[in-house]
Amino acid sequence: MSTPAPESRLAELPGDLMIWVLIVSELLVFGAGIVAFLAVRTTDVVGFAEAQDLLDRTAGGINTAVLVTSGLCAALASRLRLAERRLAARLWLAAAGLLGGIFLWVKAVEYEAKVSAGIGTETHPFFTFYYLLTGFHAAHVVAGIIILALIAWRDSPRNLESGTAFWHMVDLVWILLFPVIYLLR
Amino acid sequence: MKYQTQKIAQIYFIVAMALFAIQVSGGLLAGWIYVAPNALSELLPFNIVRMLHTNSLIVWLILGFMGAAYFLIPEEAEREIHSPMLAYLQLAILVIGTLGVVVTYVFNLFEGNILLGQEGREFLEQPLWVKVGIVVAALIFLYNITLTVLKGRKTAIANVLLIGLWGLALLFLFAFYNPENLSLDKQYWWYVVHLWVEGVWELIMASILAFLMLKLTGVDREIVEKWLYLIVATSLITGILGTGHHYYWIGTPGYWQWIGSIFSSLEVIPFFGMMAFAFVMVWKGRRDHPNKAALLWSLGCATLAFFGAGVWGFMHTLHTINYFTHGTQITAAHGHLAFFGAYVCLNLAIFTYAFPILRNRDPYNQVLNMASFWLMAGGMTFMTFVLTFAGVIQTHLQRVLGENFMDVQDQVAIFYMMRFGSGVAVVLGAVLFIYAVLAPRKEIIEPGPTRSVPAE
Repeated sequence: MSTPAPESRLAELPGDLMIWVLIVSELLVFGAGIVAFLAVRTTDVVGFAEAQDLLDRTAGGINTAVLVTSGLCAALASRLRLAERRLAARLWLAAAGLLGGIFLWVKAVEYEAKVSAGIGTETHPFFTFYYLLTGFHAAHVVAGIIILALIAWRDSPRNLESGTAFWHMVDLVWILLFPVIYLLR
Repeated sequence: MKYQTQKIAQIYFIVAMALFAIQVSGGLLAGWIYVAPNALSELLPFNIVRMLHTNSLIVWLILGFMGAAYFLIPEEAEREIHSPMLAYLQLAILVIGTLGVVVTYVFNLFEGNILLGQEGREFLEQPLWVKVGIVVAALIFLYNITLTVLKGRKTAIANVLLIGLWGLALLFLFAFYNPENLSLDKQYWWYVVHLWVEGVWELIMASILAFLMLKLTGVDREIVEKWLYLIVATSLITGILGTGHHYYWIGTPGYWQWIGSIFSSLEVIPFFGMMAFAFVMVWKGRRDHPNKAALLWSLGCATLAFFGAGVWGFMHTLHTINYFTHGTQITAAHGHLAFFGAYVCLNLAIFTYAFPILRNRDPYNQVLNMASFWLMAGGMTFMTFVLTFAGVIQTHLQRVLGENFMDVQDQVAIFYMMRFGSGVAVVLGAVLFIYAVLAPRKEIIEPGPTRSVPAE
């Protein structure tokens, strides 16, 4: 046991090990959700396409751009923090959080339009998944913004790595959700 | 025994084992009623026997957890328990409550009485006064344990155990909330039952298992803690929303079918993690601890929990499958192996580890104890297979072909007979275990030589 344990390989991961446990779990959950969506879709391809036409693809597209840009801001913040430029890093984190807020605002406008059109979770299986997957993702955006605020406050390089890794996961999940839910024909 | 107050654990363990004996006897009787449905139907009807079987299980497991806390917290916190007197008072309250429950169930003296009568809610049948007693006892317990930890050394094992025990007590408060609306009633009801066994109890299980691994294998605390955090994180991520698998058919919106299916499928991960943890620790460990029986129970616990809770749970957790299997013998198969593997084995592991220390006769020959493991584990595994086969046939005949419930029961009678046989093995194993733990054994065994690890 005097030789270093193989766990030391895990120490090479940026950020805290626990954030990676969380990220892998999230990817499993969203992955399973997307697979379930695609499986149910095969039972009613036409119905799913008709329901999809009711979505606002432009809003989804804008949100994709917003979130990817936000990911860039977070990545820049992490890099600046490693260069000991703490103020600049915090400003980029604020920008990332702000774009996250814009994403949520666009999402809220979308939900509001759906609800006022009388579309709920039980309207069609497509919308059950739409609300479930995008809603669960939006909850992660909220959590991500809180995490960005926390790491801007306690801005050790390791915290920044952990927090921005989570934010990139939120970003990545949206990039998977958007084409599958909004665009796939 | 490093600390005098660890002795408190002994009486908790003894009361727990007495209830364990009652629980398995009740189980054997219930198993016989499946074979001969009119047995004792006037004197002790099946529903009462089942209530005793499930309630005594829960109570003895909790008493075991509490005893385990009194045993391991002093070692972790490196100080004596804050107040031994409170610990005994707490046990007295719980014992009186338990006796009250048994009397209430068997004789049903106060039917309909708000304070004294049984409440009729499955698993939460206890009369109100007993529920209040449980809360009072839990408060005393948490006060005692938390104060000990706060004043002493804080370790990951102690912290996770505390979070688990606090969660256990707080979630029990939902037992007092009983809405008129049946869907809401069921929704909150699962906060107690499900969020216990697939939430906070997993934390308790992981921390006790971590303590046992630390002692039995001698692996560094740092490594044990890393595993512990991993298991805790995955339990909470999957287990909380995994509750959704109880919300499929109780009148909740349809999206619960997907939330439940997805999250509960992943509940196999923490159980796999615990199994991997136990085996990796044993492989890495340098220490050849003389208490082989405790190690056997620990490894058996992690393995059977993975199969019973993880695999057998997954088998019918997807809502498209559960639509057919819900409430059949498949559920009974899962319930038996999950509780036995995860929580019964865990308790018996810590009893086996603690008793020689508590009675100052370590190390000693534990062949009888190990034999009881194989009897109980073998019996329970056989029971699980038998009930699974019965459940598959029942699902097909009753849910797919639409045959009448009682006609189907006749056709699976052979499985109930085999189940009774496996129940006999479990009861014999339980009796043997209690004897092996309590009765003194004279034969001393020498600890094996410490293996030296060659340079790699």
